[in-house]
Amino acid sequence: MLSNILIYFVIVPILMLGGLALCRNIKQIRAVAVAGSLVLIGLSVYLLVEYIAQRGLGADAPMLFTGSWTWFEALGIHLAVGVDGVSIAMLVLTSIIIFAGSFASWKIDNPRAFFLWLILLSTGVYGFFISVDLFTMFMFYEVALIPMYLLIGVWGTGRKEYSAMKLTLMLMGGSAFLMLGLIGIYYNTEMPDGSHTWNIIEIAHQGHIDKGWQYFLFPMTFVGFGVLGAMFPFHTWSPDGHACAPTAVSMLHAGVLMKLGGYGCFRVAMYLMPEAANDLAWIFLILTGISVVYGAFSACVQTDLKYINAYSSVSHCGLVLFAILMINTTAMTGAVMQMLSHGLMTALFFALIGMIYGRTHTRDIRQMGGLMKIMPYLAVCYVIAGFASLGLPGLSGFVAEMTIFVGSFQQGMGEYLAGAGSLRLVFTIVACCSIVITAVYILRVVGKLLLGPVQDKHHLELTDATWWERLSTVTLIVSVAAIGCFPNFFTGLIRDTFSGELFEAVKLNMMNIF
Amino acid sequence: MDYSQFLAMKQEIGLLIVFLLVFLYDLFAPRYAVAGTDKKAVKGISMLATVLFAVFTAYGFCCSVTDNAQSVFGGMYSTTPVVATIKNILNIGVLIVLIQSMQWNASEAQATRRAEFYELLFITLFGMYLMISARHFLLFVIGLESASLPLAAMVAFDKNKYESHEAAVKYILTAVFSSAIFMLGLSFVYGLAGSLYFDKIAAAALQDSGLLIVAMAFVMAGIGFKLSLVPFHLWTADVYQGAPTSVTSYLSVISKGATAFAFMVVMVQVFGQFYSDAWEWMLYALIIATITIGNLFAIRQRNMKRFLAFSSVSQAGYIMLGVIGANEMSLAAMMFYILVYIFSNLAAFGVIQAIENKTGLVGMDSYRGLHKTNPRLAFAMMLAMFSLAGIPPFAGFFSKFFIFTGALNQGSVAMYVLVLIALINTIVSLYYYLLVVKAMYIAPEECEIANFKSACSERLALVVTVGGIILLGIVSVVYNSILTMTSSPL
Repeated sequence: MLSNILIYFVIVPILMLGGLALCRNIKQIRAVAVAGSLVLIGLSVYLLVEYIAQRGLGADAPMLFTGSWTWFEALGIHLAVGVDGVSIAMLVLTSIIIFAGSFASWKIDNPRAFFLWLILLSTGVYGFFISVDLFTMFMFYEVALIPMYLLIGVWGTGRKEYSAMKLTLMLMGGSAFLMLGLIGIYYNTEMPDGSHTWNIIEIAHQGHIDKGWQYFLFPMTFVGFGVLGAMFPFHTWSPDGHACAPTAVSMLHAGVLMKLGGYGCFRVAMYLMPEAANDLAWIFLILTGISVVYGAFSACVQTDLKYINAYSSVSHCGLVLFAILMINTTAMTGAVMQMLSHGLMTALFFALIGMIYGRTHTRDIRQMGGLMKIMPYLAVCYVIAGFASLGLPGLSGFVAEMTIFVGSFQQGMGEYLAGAGSLRLVFTIVACCSIVITAVYILRVVGKLLLGPVQDKHHLELTDATWWERLSTVTLIVSVAAIGCFPNFFTGLIRDTFSGELFEAVKLNMMNIF
Repeated sequence: MDYSQFLAMKQEIGLLIVFLLVFLYDLFAPRYAVAGTDKKAVKGISMLATVLFAVFTAYGFCCSVTDNAQSVFGGMYSTTPVVATIKNILNIGVLIVLIQSMQWNASEAQATRRAEFYELLFITLFGMYLMISARHFLLFVIGLESASLPLAAMVAFDKNKYESHEAAVKYILTAVFSSAIFMLGLSFVYGLAGSLYFDKIAAAALQDSGLLIVAMAFVMAGIGFKLSLVPFHLWTADVYQGAPTSVTSYLSVISKGATAFAFMVVMVQVFGQFYSDAWEWMLYALIIATITIGNLFAIRQRNMKRFLAFSSVSQAGYIMLGVIGANEMSLAAMMFYILVYIFSNLAAFGVIQAIENKTGLVGMDSYRGLHKTNPRLAFAMMLAMFSLAGIPPFAGFFSKFFIFTGALNQGSVAMYVLVLIALINTIVSLYYYLLVVKAMYIAPEECEIANFKSACSERLALVVTVGGIILLGIVSVVYNSILTMTSSPL
C-alpha cells in the first residue's frame, strides 16, 4: 500500500494534523504548515513528471498509478486510487493554493485550530482527487465540506453564522442527492459477471447502467456535484460563504473546493452515464448558461469586493460545467484549463482582497480609492489578477476561455449544420457575452479601487505588502503566467483523458444516439 | 426435564450471577451510621458492579465466538451468533453507561441508595435479553415487562426532584398502556394462527384479512411505544428530561437498541412470512413520520436532554430502515448502526452528565462558548454531534451509508423514495446538530460553565466513546465481523 505514491497525498496531510496537534507556539505551527505544503508541492511535481514520463514510454491505461485495497469486503468497497492528467492538474493546483494559503494566513488568530481544520479540509480534497472508488470519493468529498462550517463560523467576518450554516446545509443537501445517486449507480451497474462495483474505471470500461436508471441517476449526481460547482439556482451559498470566510478559506474554497464540483460532474455523472448525459445535457446547459451570464451581471452591481469575486466565481465555475456539457474534446479540455485558471486567479483575488481588507478594514469599493499610490505592489497584483480574469492573452484566463468557446462553437455549429438543433450554438453565443461583462466589472473595480483620488485620509498611512504576502501572491502570479505562456504543456497533459480510448468510446456512444 | 437446556442461556445466567453478586455484596457490605460516610461503601459497590460487568462482557464475547445456534425449551428460546452479537453490543453500551454513572452514584443524594441502581439496571437488561432471544410471544412479553417496569423505578430515581416523579408516572402509564395494546394484538394473532410460537404463526401463512391488519397494527403500536416511533413518541421528551441523565442515556441507547432488534426479529420471522405486505407499508409510513417529525421537533429544543430525546426519536427511524430492508445486508447495517449510535449518543450524554454533575446546567444556552473554558468536553461533544449527523470520517457516516445501501438493496422505487426522504432529513438533522456546535464554538459570549476537571470515570468513558466514534467506521473489521455473524440465520 505504501509503495503507491498517491497514498502519500492523504498521509502527508494526516501527518501534518498530528504535527500541528503537538505544536507549542506559532512558529512551530507555521513551520509545520509551510514544510507540509512544500512536501505536497514536491509530491505533485514529482507525480507530474513521472506521469508524463510514463505516458511517454507508452503507458496507455486510462488511469496510472492505480492501486486498490479492500476495505469493506462484503459491500465491495475498496480504497482505490488512480490518476489521469485531469486529476494531476487538480492535485498540482491544490498544492499551490494550500502553499499560498498558508502564507496568506500568517497572522491568523488561534492558528493551531485554524490550520487543523484547513489541513483536514485539504485532506478531503486530495483524497477526492486521487480516489476512483465511488464510496471513498464521496467520503473524502464530505470530509472536505464540514470543516468549512467552523472555518467560516469561527474565523469569518460579517454575517458569519448565517453564511456558514447556509453554505454547509446547501452543500450537504447536494451531497444527500449525491449519496442516493452513488448508491443507485452501485446497484444498477451491470458488470459482465453480474457483480456490483464502486470502481469508476471498471464501471466505465466494463459496466453498463440501464438507460432508464441513467435518467434518474444522472440528474441526482450532476445536481449533487453541481451545487458545489455553484450551478444556478443552487449558487446562493457561494456569495455569502465567500464573503464571510477568512482569506485562506476563500482562497481554498473558490480555488479548489468548487473544482470538486466540476471534477465530480465530469468524472462521475458524465463518464458513467454518457447516454443520459447526452439526452439531458440541454437542461443543465440552460442552467449553467444562466449561471455564466447571471453571475457576471450580478458582479457588476456589487460594492463589496468579496461579493464581486464570489459572483465572478459563479460565472466562471458555471463556464466550467457549461464546457463539460458540450461533450467535445476541445471544450472539455478548456473546462479543465478553466478550472486551473480560475482556481489560481480567484485564489489570487481573494488573497489580495484579504490583504487590502486587513489594512483598510473595509471591503466597500465606494470607501476606497487611489490605492495604487499607497500600496503599489498589491495594486499591481490586483491588476494582473483582473487581467487574467478578463482574458488577457499571456495569462491563464485567455487560454481557458478561448479553448472553451472554440470547442463549444465547433460543437454547436456542427450540430446546427447537422440539423440537430441550435441550442448549443445559441447558448455558446450567450455565454460568450460574459467575456464582455467580465471586462466591465473588473475594470470598474480597478478604476474605483486603485485609481482616482484617495477616499479616506487614513489610508495614506497604510503600508505595502510584507514578505509573506509577497511570497503568497508571487507564487500564484507565476502559476497564472505559466499557464498563459505554456498552454500546450497543460493541454497536452489533459487531452489524454479526453482523447483516450475510453472517451472515444463514450463519445461514439453519444454520437450513435444522435 | 433436561436441565442442560439452561446451558444455552449462558449470557442470561451470567448476567444473573453478576446481579446476585452485587446484591449479596450490597447486603453484607459495611453500613455506616452517618450518611456521608456511606460514600465509601457506594464506591465499593460501583467498582464491583462495573468490574463484574466488564468481566461478564468479555465472557459474552467468548461465548459468541464458540457457541453455535441453539433452540431450547421447545423452541421458546433461541440463541444464534447474531443474537449473541447484539447482546454483546448492548453489553458494551451498558458498560459505558455504568462507567459514566459512577460519579453520579457517588453523589451525596445517591449515596444512601447503594446498589439499587445497578440491581434495577441488570434486571431490565435481563428482560431485554429475553426479548431478543424469545421465539414465543409469552416469553417475549415477560421480557418486555421486566425490561419496562424496573425502568420506571429508575426514571423516578431522583427522589428529590419533582420532574423525575412526573417522568416516572408518564413512563409507567405509557408502558402499561402499550403492553395492553400489544397483548390485544397478540390475542388476535393467536385467534388467527392458533399458536404463539413464532415459527408456528409463520407456518400458518395467513392471508390478508381485516383482523390480521388490525393485529399487526396493534403489535406494531405496542412495540412502537417502546421505540418511541412517531406517533407513539409523546412520552419521550418529558421522560428523557425528567429522568436522571444516567437513566436517560440507558433508556435512549440500550433500551432502544434492544427493542429495535427484537422488533426486527418479530417483523422478519412472523409478519414477513404472511401473504401480506401490509406491515411493510405500515412501517414505511411510521419511518417517514418518525424521521421527519422527530427532526422538526428537535430544532426547537433548548434543553440538551429534550434535544437528544427528539434526536433519538429520529435516529430510531433510521434504525427502522434496517428492518424494512429485510435482508442480510440491512440486518448487519442495522446492528452496526445500533453499535455506532450507542457510542455517539453516549459520548453526547457523557458530556452532558459531566457538566450536569458539576454545575447542574443542561440548557443549550449554557453551552455557549464552552470550547474556551472546557475545550476537551466541547471537542467530545462536537465529535458526537458530527457522528450523529453522519459526517465522515466518523462512525456515523459509515453506519448511515450502510443502512441506506442495505435499504436500497431491493431496488424498488418505493425504497428509493424512502431513502431520499431520509437523506433530506439528514440535512435537517445536520442543522440542529450544528446548532450545538455553533453554541460551543462560535457564540462569542463568556461561558457560564467555568473550567473544571471532570472525574476520572467520566473521562475514561469519554475517551472510550470518542475512540469508538473515530475508529468504528474506519477500521472495517468491526463491520465485517458483524456481517459474518449475520450471514447465519437469525
